[in-house]
Amino acid sequence: MPETLLDIKNLKIEATVYPPGEDPHDITIVEGVSVGLEGGKVLGLIGESGAGKSTIGLSAMAYGRGGVRITGGEVTLNGRDILKLGPKGLRGLRGREVTYVAQSAAASFNPAKRLMEQVIEATLKHGLCGRSEAEARAVKLFRKLGLPNPETIGNRYPHQVSGGQLQRVMTAMALCPEPSLVIFDEPTTALDVTTQIDVLAAIKEAIRDTGVAALYITHDLAVVAQVSDHILVLRNGNKVEYGPVKQIIEDPHEDYTRALVSVRSIDHEEKKPAEPVLRVDNVTARYKGTNFDVLSNVSVDVAPGQTLAIVGESGSGKSTLARAITGLLPPSAGRITFAGRTLTPDLKTRSKDDLRELQMIYQMADVAMNPRQTVGTIIGRPLEFYFGLRGEEKHKRVQELLDQIEMGKGFIDRYPAELSGGQKQRVCIARALAAKPKLIICDEVTSALDPLVADGILKLLLELQAQEGVAYLFITHDLATVKAIADSIAVMYRGKVVRYGPKTQVLTPPFDDYTDLLLSSVPEMRLGWLEHVIETRKMESAGN
Amino acid sequence: MHPIVKLLSQRIALGLLLILATSALIFAGTQILPGDVAQSILGQSATPEALANLREELGLNEPALTRYFDWLLGALHGDLGTALTNGKDIASSMTGRLGNTLFLAFWAAIIAVPLALVLGLVAARYAGRWPDKLISGVTLATISLPEFVVGYIVMYIFAVNYRLFPSTSVIYDSMTLWEKLNAIALPVIVLVLVVLAHMMRMTRAAILNVMQSPYVETAELKGLRPATIISRHAFPNAIAPVVNVVMLNLAYLVVGVVVVEVVFVYPGIGQYLVDHVSKRDVPVVQACGLVFAAVYIGLNILADVISILTNPRLRHPK
Repeated sequence: MPETLLDIKNLKIEATVYPPGEDPHDITIVEGVSVGLEGGKVLGLIGESGAGKSTIGLSAMAYGRGGVRITGGEVTLNGRDILKLGPKGLRGLRGREVTYVAQSAAASFNPAKRLMEQVIEATLKHGLCGRSEAEARAVKLFRKLGLPNPETIGNRYPHQVSGGQLQRVMTAMALCPEPSLVIFDEPTTALDVTTQIDVLAAIKEAIRDTGVAALYITHDLAVVAQVSDHILVLRNGNKVEYGPVKQIIEDPHEDYTRALVSVRSIDHEEKKPAEPVLRVDNVTARYKGTNFDVLSNVSVDVAPGQTLAIVGESGSGKSTLARAITGLLPPSAGRITFAGRTLTPDLKTRSKDDLRELQMIYQMADVAMNPRQTVGTIIGRPLEFYFGLRGEEKHKRVQELLDQIEMGKGFIDRYPAELSGGQKQRVCIARALAAKPKLIICDEVTSALDPLVADGILKLLLELQAQEGVAYLFITHDLATVKAIADSIAVMYRGKVVRYGPKTQVLTPPFDDYTDLLLSSVPEMRLGWLEHVIETRKMESAGN
Repeated sequence: MHPIVKLLSQRIALGLLLILATSALIFAGTQILPGDVAQSILGQSATPEALANLREELGLNEPALTRYFDWLLGALHGDLGTALTNGKDIASSMTGRLGNTLFLAFWAAIIAVPLALVLGLVAARYAGRWPDKLISGVTLATISLPEFVVGYIVMYIFAVNYRLFPSTSVIYDSMTLWEKLNAIALPVIVLVLVVLAHMMRMTRAAILNVMQSPYVETAELKGLRPATIISRHAFPNAIAPVVNVVMLNLAYLVVGVVVVEVVFVYPGIGQYLVDHVSKRDVPVVQACGLVFAAVYIGLNILADVISILTNPRLRHPK
């Protein structure tokens, strides 16, 4: 007989915000959300950032992050309202009945303590069993989660194991006290697709074997579809839709859910090959003080007005290639030709035109802008520097650029902190465009954004390409993005280009093993996809 | 070789180089001082012949570089020269004085460092609440008052009103440890009050900084008690910044106690230095400068070494 483990009724969560130049005031983050979860089942919470999914997840531990307060409703766990518990009662609940797996395991482990000590800490603290038994439990979980050397990995420090492994150790830490509910807060979002799939499979198996219930929080519907029984779709702190996973994926009732299901539906016709604007010829590079090549004999071309996508997992040398092209890391061998000129290896010896015609956009828009400059100053700087524009003329051009990135009037005097993530990235695009470049290197520009926002950015980039004829070197680990934007593709693996050519050719079988792994690891929005991939794939990811 | 050994030997070598550079600076500094040692010893009425003889005798006519290397070589052998004013060996008259200063600094540190750490932890635990405000307020007040004011206040309370401790801290070798401690009680209290605030505030700030980390949230979500979270998860990661400030303050206890020594008439190295500066006794000033620099640099190297040793990334490389 199914029994209700967690029952959230009419939840209301508020926080006090301190906007610059205004009086502090309270805002409502979550309102009127009710949902239930049976023992041993998995509930997926899905929505964009700001939807309140993590906040709701943490309310199952009666925990508010930062200044967040739970101000209304009931959260019943194992038959009692946990919002009424005092500090002591809450300490008895957290780490014993409910445990938590965070997005970034790398940041969530104490760097000064060995893994084993942290994994069994909650179990010991709550007096659930003795040290040796707890350690035995942990080793068993390490083994179940597919960690290498399960007997000894606990003796390591967090910085000594990889990100994907750390995420699994954190899962073991959450399961060790044998709780009745685990909250997974975007546990695979920060991982490469090829690593994500292993972690996902390990988590799914562990949930099934231990019979624990789980809240699985993510912004990726395709991921949550693989592990959940039910899905709750959230938007701006309100419930949009709730139902069994099959219904949400195959027959969504609400428009917003439909938009989430059909995201990344951009169609992009591949253009014909042309005389390249950038030619990277046999480039080899290594970082100072290391004894191996991060790039070895890389050769790729980018045609004017076209997009070359560089794909691969982290550590494959994608961003290093960008550093070599821009001259930040002078290559040790090889030649880079740009717009008919041979570029000098070192940035410092390049002409102003070389610099102007080769622009960059970064993954983290907020750290790529000076927080104390207005949007107008940020975009105006390249206009001043490269074209000597001043005063009214510069102002007019900045406004034109803002119109091009669909931000219109009223943004010119704003500061980056007053913009959303998508708007910040748009300002960075405008800053790159201001220099009238021939080529823009886009380094994971959509990775930090929500899917719907990322879609908007990709559409904008394609439009700008059609208008301005600018070429893109598009670095990403996300194959859905590649399909949407690329004309040609280079697949990188451990510093080498393993597959390169026009998009259709690269994405048509027969594949080499690595491209196959990469392509098959992209989560698909269908049930049973995860099991199918795990059974049929040919090699393991490098991060494993 | 373990990378940490390499890192440590680099740090220590750098420290030695720094002491060498400081010795050159000290020597150069005393050379460009106006006035003449022979003149100041013999006074205004000295005859030119007497001055010339004395200069010859003191070796003041040698080139500066020769005198610097003679001095440095002597210092390496523990020979710091003789005082111009009384002709005594500097090294032997300094040893006792330095010993007294270290004795005072040791007892002040033994009380101040643990007290500052505990108060810092308590203030961080109750950040923004009354224990934090009380601790921060009181320590801020004691550091804001000049040392001699604090000195006279404790003297008024403990020596005049309650007659618990002597108001002057005269010590000599034949005293028992207990008598000595009784004699230095007041300067120790003053020094503790002076160095407490800095260390306590750094501890508090470092802990609060670490308390923002995701791993502290992880600890909180394990249901650990706030005190456990601070001592087991926050403090080990806050050691490096705290150690640096602790060492700066320990160095201050040795090289910066001049005022306190004067107030309590304590026969330490600070008084010794002040006496000889006024008499223009250059070799003594040089020797004291060298010792102070060595203490300062040595303690800072120790801070670096502790920071390196407590960093798990350096201790356990991949």
